[in-house]
Amino acid sequence: METGLILLLLIFPLAGFLINLFVGKKLGKTLPGLIATAAVTGSFVITLIYFIKIVSTGQAIHVHLFEWVSFSDFKANFELVLDQLSLIWLMFVTGIGALIHLYSIGYMKGDENIDRFFSYLNLFIFFMIILVTANNLAIMFIGWEGVGLCSYLLIGFWYKNHKFNDAAKKAFIMNRIGDLGFLTGVFTLGYIFKTIDFDSLKLAVTTTSNLEVSGLLGLGTLCLFIGAMGKSAQIPLYTWLPDAMAGPTPVSALIHAATMVTAGIFMITRLNFIFNLTPDVQLFIAIIGAVTALFAASIGIFQTDIKKVLAYSTVSQLGLMFLAIGLGAYHVAVFHVITHAFFKACLFLGSGSVIHAMGGEQDMRKMGGLRKVLPITFATFFISTLSISGIPPFAGFFSKDEIMVVAFENNIGLWVLAALASLMTAFYMFRALFLTFNKGFRGTEEQKHHLHESPFVMTLPLIILAVLATIGGLISLPFGYSWLNEYLSPILVAGVPAEHGATSHQFMLIGISVLIALIGLAIAYYQYIVKSVVPEEDDKITGFAKVAYNKYYIDEIYDTLFVKPFYVLANFFKNIVENIMNAIVFGFGYLIAALSIPLRAIQNGSIGLYLFFFVIGFCSIVAYLFFV
Amino acid sequence: MNIAIILLILLAGSLVTYFSGNRFASKVAMLFAIAAAAFSISLLLEYQSTGATSYSIEWISKPNIAFSLKVDGLSLVMLLLNSLLLPIIMLTSISHTVKSERILYSLVLFMSFAMTGVFLSSNALVYYVFWEMSLIPIYFIVVLWGNGERAKRRRSAMTFFIYTFAGSLFMLAAIIYMYVKVGSLELHDIYNANLSHTEQIWIFLAFFLAYAIKIPVFPFHTWQASVYQKAPIMGTLLLGALMSKMGLYSVIRWQLPVTPYAAHELRSLVLILSIIGVLYGAIIALRQDNLKRFFAYASLSHVGFIAAGVYALTYDGLQGAVILILAHGFGIIGLFFSAEVIHRRLKTPLISKMGGIKSSAPKFTIAFFFMILASIAIPLTFNFVGEFTIMYGVYQVHLGYLLPLGASMFLGAFFMLRMYQYVMLGDKINRSFPDLTINETLVFVLSAVVLIFFGIYSKPIVDIISPSLQELMTYINR
Repeated sequence: METGLILLLLIFPLAGFLINLFVGKKLGKTLPGLIATAAVTGSFVITLIYFIKIVSTGQAIHVHLFEWVSFSDFKANFELVLDQLSLIWLMFVTGIGALIHLYSIGYMKGDENIDRFFSYLNLFIFFMIILVTANNLAIMFIGWEGVGLCSYLLIGFWYKNHKFNDAAKKAFIMNRIGDLGFLTGVFTLGYIFKTIDFDSLKLAVTTTSNLEVSGLLGLGTLCLFIGAMGKSAQIPLYTWLPDAMAGPTPVSALIHAATMVTAGIFMITRLNFIFNLTPDVQLFIAIIGAVTALFAASIGIFQTDIKKVLAYSTVSQLGLMFLAIGLGAYHVAVFHVITHAFFKACLFLGSGSVIHAMGGEQDMRKMGGLRKVLPITFATFFISTLSISGIPPFAGFFSKDEIMVVAFENNIGLWVLAALASLMTAFYMFRALFLTFNKGFRGTEEQKHHLHESPFVMTLPLIILAVLATIGGLISLPFGYSWLNEYLSPILVAGVPAEHGATSHQFMLIGISVLIALIGLAIAYYQYIVKSVVPEEDDKITGFAKVAYNKYYIDEIYDTLFVKPFYVLANFFKNIVENIMNAIVFGFGYLIAALSIPLRAIQNGSIGLYLFFFVIGFCSIVAYLFFV
Repeated sequence: MNIAIILLILLAGSLVTYFSGNRFASKVAMLFAIAAAAFSISLLLEYQSTGATSYSIEWISKPNIAFSLKVDGLSLVMLLLNSLLLPIIMLTSISHTVKSERILYSLVLFMSFAMTGVFLSSNALVYYVFWEMSLIPIYFIVVLWGNGERAKRRRSAMTFFIYTFAGSLFMLAAIIYMYVKVGSLELHDIYNANLSHTEQIWIFLAFFLAYAIKIPVFPFHTWQASVYQKAPIMGTLLLGALMSKMGLYSVIRWQLPVTPYAAHELRSLVLILSIIGVLYGAIIALRQDNLKRFFAYASLSHVGFIAAGVYALTYDGLQGAVILILAHGFGIIGLFFSAEVIHRRLKTPLISKMGGIKSSAPKFTIAFFFMILASIAIPLTFNFVGEFTIMYGVYQVHLGYLLPLGASMFLGAFFMLRMYQYVMLGDKINRSFPDLTINETLVFVLSAVVLIFFGIYSKPIVDIISPSLQELMTYINR
């Protein structure tokens, strides 16, 4: 009964995927969306049941199915676990997932392949559920690669455009580079501990005091983090995420903002007891996180495509989460994952609503003044902007503030980076808000004529997410009762630091954080409202702005360093190496032929004759064996 | 049950097909193929209840050479691979009439007969005879039914024939040497022979030459791409899905346990060659415009991966290799058959002339894409279980081997998805591209079912092979 219900969690989206994949075309234009949304809603309901259960009992539930792979040293069973960590992720994966499915019914209306869209979306939810409920690293890897595959399928959903296909491919390949790291990490842990089950690993870590393994252990956690870099778009494996915006906007909201990209945070939090043993790697994670946060934010400032702004903002926010993780504050990272899921999903869906109204236009320079035509979209986008910028009392304020406190207490240098990133975030988010919704309309007459608020199926998710982006902070209040910290404490081995009451420097830090956000807001207001600046056309951008607008040319650098050499090698292999080797093989043949001029007569290429000699030769060998 | 029966079924099938006339040849051949498949399944059931089976009749009395066959878990899965793939391979062509069908199908069955012999024989000479025998039908299949200019085709096939034959002669020499030394060619006698270190090195190298050419392992692969390209679909599938596996199987059965010292001594050399093959195939594939040739290089990369697993000399490496042998067999069918499906419709083998197929053929798109996913080893496909296990096997040797080998995870994905993009996606409007026929669908469905089922639940296979592999490991780790 228990098992059956938990399996339904997976079966719903899987069934939705299969139905839409194989018979979707026959279901017409509306049914595929309804089926897919119902499937995810079903999973959400089941999640909710178990979530309520675990909040009251605190007991994790394990479902053992069967053995999947076995090695000489360890094996991996198909085993799912519903504990505090997986359930909280499931809550927003299926919850926000259901909202985004609903939104997509409106957004994707009229697309000729709507059935395929929803089937991929359901498949994504299926793999995401596997990822978070896995009870060992191998099963987690199924979800890990599976979501990457769905990401590939959805980024390249409009497959007639090769640019989109390139973006999809890039996302997949970069993720796979990370995945090699992930697997190496899995092997290392399995090799050391002879198990890759989370429970047994936890046990092994607490019972082994053997420090000889620590070097190898560091390799393991480092490799796993490389996996997280790929999936969660951290330097140097982040360049796929901005390109991933080629996918339909609901995809960006679901996969490339709220859920899949947080998988890296999830995995490290899951293994917090092991990462805690390798402080060097932790510091490395924190540095990568902080640098990514700042770096991506600095690119975000100069982008003119509304989705690109949000994409870099996602990379930047993920960087902040890794900063928290690296400093051992897993609960803080999880908190920010949750609030980020709310406000970033809302922002993306809001941008989708704008793009929908603009007939596909994504360039903010052609927008403006949409506040009046799209009031709901504007209001929700505004709330989420306040939230991400860290302005109280919105959800983002609480989670970001906690990150800043942790950073300040541990490493002042990293705090400075994070503070700068926050300043930029507030600036570019308000810049996006003002450019899109304020001042006059800068698009074409035709677009102006076409402007309309989105239908209810699209605005309802926006409203719900905006509410969550407002009040989401309540789950973990500073200085007061933190429900989240208490909830997560069974997962975090080192425990959650007890609140040591309000200290003066914490008040000061809050003050600074808010001040930073307000400064960002003010600069944006001055630039885009008071001075009514509109970003310049592409060819007029100069100086540093041009470098940042072109993302520091990182894509071009990667292309030259890592992609082109393969083609050069391929040419070299094809045109030179193969010919040389062929020449050698034939050379041997000719050499033998030349050495056997008397036998030339039979070298006539008749296979029959060769076979004849084969048989003769064979018989003589047998005869030899007989008589000698 | 007498295991020689399967050989008789295939041989009889070959003869009956030959005399059945062109009209019925493919159906008759299919019947025998299905009979062989059914027989091997019953063998599987028997094996699961009673364990290893062997069969031996005295063949040549004086020099003590018996016609001996043996089925252990390893042979059994190879036998199953061979006999389950055979009907699928025939299904790819059954609705297409070609000239002299009775000879073609007779040769296909004969080839299967010879390969089955290779997988079952437990006497080195018997093994060698079957090994060489398998070369004859495939040569004629390529020359007579292949595509491209006849002269070029003949040249490719001839290169292939002489090249592999030459390699095998070294193996024959090694076998004869061992007979002189040991006085028996029975498998267990050879395993227990006391060969000196120098002897082992030479024997290892002689065997390696034969196998490296057959598999093929870099740099002995030069015959491969053009033969795979020029062979007719059934020929390509026999070569890619089965014949290359013959080489890999032989390494596990005849090379490593016989020369364990040499294997350990030369491990880094052969591992490096295997891994070079993996990367070389993946990179050179980027510049192939002929789709079949593209898959030939992809296959070079994949069999290199299997070879790396085998030559890692760890238990996990072996287990993963056997799993990937099976998975690759089923997967490669889907890939080459996709090329064939496209070729039948667009009449071109060139990727640059393709594109936009996805819009007109949804069923084919799903089938083809799935096969690509399997070949790049997405989890929940059988291929993943194999690659995953091999990678752990190689990891145990040294991380330095794992990383370049593992690079194929993204390089492989790169060349495969790139190919898929230019073949299937884009806005090119293709001349009418009819979706899959029932027979074609069946080919994909049958291979996909195997790949998914064992991808989710590989335990049955592991349970069959692990006792044999453990036994072999005790010889390898002597």
